[in-house]
Amino acid sequence: MSSTALATPVRTPTDVRPPRRRSPRGRRILKALPKIIVIGVLLITVVYPLFWLLMGSFKTQDEFLNSPTWALPETWTFDNYIEAWTTGNLGTYVRNSILATAPALFLTIVFGVAAGFALEVMVWKGRGVVLLAFLAGIMVPGQMILLPLFTIYFKTGLTGSLLPLIITYTAIGLPLTVFMMATYFRSVPREIFEAATLDGASIFRTFRSIGFPLVKNAIFTVALVQFFFIWNDLLIALTFTTRSDLRTIQVGLLNFTGQFGQVQYGPTFAAICINVFGTLVLYLILNQRVMKGLTAGAVK
Amino acid sequence: MNRVLGDWRAITILLGPALLVYTLVMLVPILWSLGYTVFEGNPITGFTFVGFDNLAHLFTDPRVLEALVFTLKYAFVLTVLQVVFGYLLSLMYVFWLRRASGLVRTLVFFPVVLPTVAVALLFQKLFEIVPQNGLVNSLLNTVGIPSVDWFSSPDSAFWVIIMMDVWRSMGFYAVLLYAGLVDIPEETLESARLDGASGWKLVRHIVIPLSLPVLLSSIIFSINGTLKVFDSILALTNGGPGSATTPLTLYMYQTSFTYGEYGYGSSIALLLTILCLIVTIFIFRSSRRDLTKG
Repeated sequence: MSSTALATPVRTPTDVRPPRRRSPRGRRILKALPKIIVIGVLLITVVYPLFWLLMGSFKTQDEFLNSPTWALPETWTFDNYIEAWTTGNLGTYVRNSILATAPALFLTIVFGVAAGFALEVMVWKGRGVVLLAFLAGIMVPGQMILLPLFTIYFKTGLTGSLLPLIITYTAIGLPLTVFMMATYFRSVPREIFEAATLDGASIFRTFRSIGFPLVKNAIFTVALVQFFFIWNDLLIALTFTTRSDLRTIQVGLLNFTGQFGQVQYGPTFAAICINVFGTLVLYLILNQRVMKGLTAGAVK
Repeated sequence: MNRVLGDWRAITILLGPALLVYTLVMLVPILWSLGYTVFEGNPITGFTFVGFDNLAHLFTDPRVLEALVFTLKYAFVLTVLQVVFGYLLSLMYVFWLRRASGLVRTLVFFPVVLPTVAVALLFQKLFEIVPQNGLVNSLLNTVGIPSVDWFSSPDSAFWVIIMMDVWRSMGFYAVLLYAGLVDIPEETLESARLDGASGWKLVRHIVIPLSLPVLLSSIIFSINGTLKVFDSILALTNGGPGSATTPLTLYMYQTSFTYGEYGYGSSIALLLTILCLIVTIFIFRSSRRDLTKG
């Protein structure tokens, strides 16, 4: 933001304070030193644990037990990754996660955007109450709906599939999606929609050709938030996956250490790495838009 | 025009699916869960009516008290720390690093997108003592301090959880608050500086009051999330040692699925929901009052 900062006072004709003298070169470096140290410490705290994790994923069991923990791996092989992916069943878990996340995300967004449009753009009695009912859902903890849902899924025989996850994620994602989409539609000038209807567009045409394109960026942001929520969820996945071959990546990772009997460091680190860096790469690709979406003020 | 924008058939088609799913999968189960509180048992063994025994038991169960105290302590400490750290970072981005803050902002934001379970397992390994020293204990050893068994005492386990969550979330709050700080008009800061306010004074009297709304939404956001903490604690300590780090969410889960007591589990869930409701209303109220004052 500001180019004029606390360190360099603004010089204006009315400035009554005596002008400060330029500090010599040595002092300037000394002055920058705290900045360098603070940033250094900050970055080490954030990045080094992840680096340590990555290095660990290449080490052998012997290196874990006998070398110092910050030593670099002696050989660079992907044995640990292969072990985690096949013997550790990580491949199955990742597949389950994708199969549960994709449909749930799609349904949440489609239902949520349409509902947001109906609640904000269309004019009818009672829409305030319905919006409030959706809003209340943001606050309710997942624990409150867990037991009845488990009973329903158990009685209807859905427990042996990924359907309980898809249905539950869709429902839990809806309140925030509806609320955010309603907020975004509110920021679009009403005249645009009124003009469209005056020109003879049906409401569905207005939704598809006017409303949808106008909030496309917002949809992207909301979808991203929902994606990370569903992908990283443990509570729902842990409750509704009754068979081990239905586990999502988070549930699988939680039970990972147990799979080899004794603790196998290499494969465990590799499994965590796949989860962490997979998400990180995805985030890096979408980074620019995340930041834009966040600063564009969904929360303000 | 109102005939088109108020067309009931269209409203039903657009709103219907969302409302139907929401009602069936969230609203109905909430009421159903309320019904469970007066029963004992689970779907496999069957239910027996016990009246208000479950709810009464909430007040005498020492584990509920322990979990409640832990939940509140965790929510309070973590909210304070993550908002304070986030705010300090955002102030640093805006006033100290300025244009150069882009890369730092991105890097510090990283951990928040990482899966909680993975981060918890990472911290488990970082603070490990048996069978092998983790990074933290190895560092302590090199400066001559013997290894600490972090997860064996309630206090150290609590602080490891807090450290993990601050590490995870400070970047997120920094970006959130940064968005608020950037919105402060440059002229306001400029005139305050001309009036002689600088450094801490400028922050205290100008920046904090002006960023109060976004600070409050961060606090609401944070409390709402921390009261519902589940994943990270389950994966990091599983409530241990003993039940010292068990929040209400985890206690509810154990009661329902380890012991199969759906009625009592629902009662704990109800307690948790009421807690979230009270805190949300309380914060909304106090924020309204403060805003009209400021």
